[in-house]
Amino acid sequence: MKYFIGLNNEFLTEVGEIYQFTRRFFREFFKPKQEFDEFLHQCFWVGYKTLPLVGLTAFIMGLVLTIQSRPTLVEFGAQSMLPAMVSVSLVREISPVITALICAGKIGSGMGAELGSMRVTEQIDAMEVSGTNPFKYLIVTRVVATTVMLPLLSNLSNAIAIYGGYLGVNIRGHVSWHLYWTQVFDALSYGDLIPSLIKTFFFGFAIGIIGCYKGYNSKKGTEGVGRSATSAVVVASLLVFVIDLIAVQITDLLGFT
Amino acid sequence: MDPVVKVENVNKSFGDNHVLRNFSLELEPGENLVILGKSGSGKSVLIKCIINLMPADTGKIIVLDQSIQDMDQEELDILRAKVGFLFQSNALYDSMTVRENLEFPLRRHWSKEERERGSEMAVLEALEDVGLAHTIDMMPAELSGGMRKRIALARTLILKPTIILYDEPTTGLDPVTAREISNLMIEVQKKYNASSIIISHDMNCINITSNRVIMLIEGRCYANDTFNNLKKSTDPKIREFFA
Ligand SMILES: Nc1ncnc2c1ncn2[C@@H]1O[C@H](COP(=O)(O)OP(=O)(O)OP(=O)(O)O)[C@@H](O)[C@H]1O
Ligand SMILES: [Mg+2]
Repeated sequence: MKYFIGLNNEFLTEVGEIYQFTRRFFREFFKPKQEFDEFLHQCFWVGYKTLPLVGLTAFIMGLVLTIQSRPTLVEFGAQSMLPAMVSVSLVREISPVITALICAGKIGSGMGAELGSMRVTEQIDAMEVSGTNPFKYLIVTRVVATTVMLPLLSNLSNAIAIYGGYLGVNIRGHVSWHLYWTQVFDALSYGDLIPSLIKTFFFGFAIGIIGCYKGYNSKKGTEGVGRSATSAVVVASLLVFVIDLIAVQITDLLGFT
Repeated sequence: MDPVVKVENVNKSFGDNHVLRNFSLELEPGENLVILGKSGSGKSVLIKCIINLMPADTGKIIVLDQSIQDMDQEELDILRAKVGFLFQSNALYDSMTVRENLEFPLRRHWSKEERERGSEMAVLEALEDVGLAHTIDMMPAELSGGMRKRIALARTLILKPTIILYDEPTTGLDPVTAREISNLMIEVQKKYNASSIIISHDMNCINITSNRVIMLIEGRCYANDTFNNLKKSTDPKIREFFA
């Protein structure tokens, strides 16, 4: 019981600290002198590191989902619905969540490790001494970069996954390129796209905040750096699902279904 | 002349760990003051308090006639430009080249035009001071430990500080390189007419650089004398360091 309370306490302390960190992010975000160059640099890195992986997984997801869904639809004689069904489930759920998970893995751990080692080797202190606000230079740029890049990546992943679906449909049947895309766009509405886009902003923000929080508050020693990186991935991935759950409730309430 | 750094009755603790207890010191202009103490005695904490990287719990810290605890961020940044800090772990930015590392402190303290006109010159001058002008486009990871230390020193010097704080400048280096760095520190000090606080356990380095030595034991200033006098001391706690 005592152990349980101790664990709980630690958890609540961490939640409180992350909340404080997020508040500090907004305070620093609105302070003057934006580090625009560093922001662009970070955007580039987020894209550069995740693009191949996001592209490949998206393609495979689209392909596999189509192949797997076909038998069920054939049973109901509804195989002409295949493009519509696949694209809706990709855009609404699968592609944003998979993209976010990949970014949580790649970016979250990368930031945790990078900032962690900067903390441990006193690079963050050195920045502060040389008159650059390290929070603004390192944290604000990274969090804004993930927040902006995740929706872009997710959209790209949508496109690639639906293309994968096209190949999947054509393995067994034949649907022309033109017909396929007509069916896809008939099925998709803004009500599918916009909630999923908004959701990815929050995914990106959460991944950035958690990765940065873990790295920035890294404990001394190389062990601390490793721990920051792994726990950044775990917490960020978990948060992606929690946000997804909340988002689906909200879109449901607002009648986007 | 007034001391350039004045630390008065400073206390600093982390939880139950009382690191500094009523610690005081004064650094006179042009002086090289060495702080000697066991590992974990709070030497790094002390000099971090001096530039307010860590706030002291109680006591007064006055740098260049300004109380460092009562400053806003703006004033603090301006003061910090006059205080060079060489970190124990060098703290070179891994993701930047040597040139970018040295240019980094200029971002805040020079205007854009000044940087376009003068940064190349300033970087080269600082690198020549430490004899490593050829490494300008290398990454820190490509350099040896001693070179990294010298690059870190060059970065510390780029804003031409009047006070330099060295945290173990020769630890982990071979005796030859260590002596080179010590001599470099003396040269630099003459060139920039700076005052410095040097943390060190390296007797050679202390011998070369120090005008005065303070021993930090159990958070207090245990002894305050010249190196040669301390060497002759019969006090067992002091003798430990010279054994
Ligand atoms: N950020 C911190 N949080 C908690 N305790 C700290 C922190 N920094 C230092 N300490 C503690 O303060 C004490 C002094 O540390 P400090 O780094 O000043 O030692 P030092 O004299 O520089 O030793 P060394 O010669 O090994 O560098 C240590 O007991 C350390 O555990
Ligand atoms: Mg130290």
